[in-house]
Amino acid sequence: MFNGPQIVDLLSELGITHVVWVPDSTLGQWEAALAAAAEIQLVRVCREGETWAVAAGLHLGGARPLVIIQCTGLFESGDALRNAVHDYKLPLFAIVGYRSYLNQSTLPGDTCLVFTEPILDAWQLDYRLIDSPEKFSLIGEHYIACREAGKPGVALIAEGKA
Amino acid sequence: MLSLVESLRVLHEVRDNEVVVTAMGVAREWMALGSHPLDFNFVPSSMGQAPGLGLGIAMARPDRKVIVCNGDGSTLMNLGSLVTLTASAAKNLTLLIFDNGVYEVTGAQLTPASAESRPDGRRVDLAAVARASGFQSLYEFDEIDTWREQVRTVIDEPGPTCAVLKVAPIPGAVGPRSPGPAPERARAFAAALRG
Repeated sequence: MFNGPQIVDLLSELGITHVVWVPDSTLGQWEAALAAAAEIQLVRVCREGETWAVAAGLHLGGARPLVIIQCTGLFESGDALRNAVHDYKLPLFAIVGYRSYLNQSTLPGDTCLVFTEPILDAWQLDYRLIDSPEKFSLIGEHYIACREAGKPGVALIAEGKA
Repeated sequence: MLSLVESLRVLHEVRDNEVVVTAMGVAREWMALGSHPLDFNFVPSSMGQAPGLGLGIAMARPDRKVIVCNGDGSTLMNLGSLVTLTASAAKNLTLLIFDNGVYEVTGAQLTPASAESRPDGRRVDLAAVARASGFQSLYEFDEIDTWREQVRTVIDEPGPTCAVLKVAPIPGAVGPRSPGPAPERARAFAAALRG
């Protein structure tokens, strides 16, 4: 739905200093642009729980991190995000890829559609669903709103095939 | 075999103005030695995430040296973090793994890496795991005098550095108690870090 340069332009505009991520096949297409962005450092971690901890440390140190993971990684990383955004009340923001939302041809009946939004609700993460190219500006608007409110948030990006 | 308390006391004596991140049983004993504005006692923690937290601090503040004190159980819970740390090439990061072979704070149950829980009776060599994960700067200690002699070198060496300290479990030890409200402590730590 969005390409790497588009995302890099947006993140630069928002003042993001670090992207901490575990990519999927959709979000991963942004890698070249993110890696080439002079003002953004791409931090590759091994498992999604780490993204929240690294982002927490970056935030404490005065940086402006962004977590990018797939919804399956959101499921995996529950305790780490709980600790960072609820125990320590750190206003971390994430872009989460919503697997199979637009197309279930690879994974018919993908249960990501069953659990993603309830899980975001369970973790009390204020999210906006970005399910069409026209909603691109909502990512930045929601990020700014969360930053100004000092609270965590998520931009949930609808994806096609797994 | 080292004493956890004694080995932390050695670190405490040489600690200058480094950030020190501690978790689980290590946090319990570190807090007992006193407090410092640049201590991040990761209590409550998400088990296994202390190295990532320390890495984030180190990347945000390359002017600060960051020491992460982790247990072996926590390390096993997030082995990938060793690879993440070395990929980062954070020169200002030192990871100390205090290896006692058990989940001490929950009652000293064996970890799957301990000699007693393995069919061949051989403890998993965490230093070898760290080496294979890409640590170029790597140490092992099981004797207090050697640790005392080299602790400053371990801290000062360009990282990422890893040192595995073989320590004895503390019988009957309990989990660390939170030293106060976590959000307030996080804010105070961030202020000290930026100050």
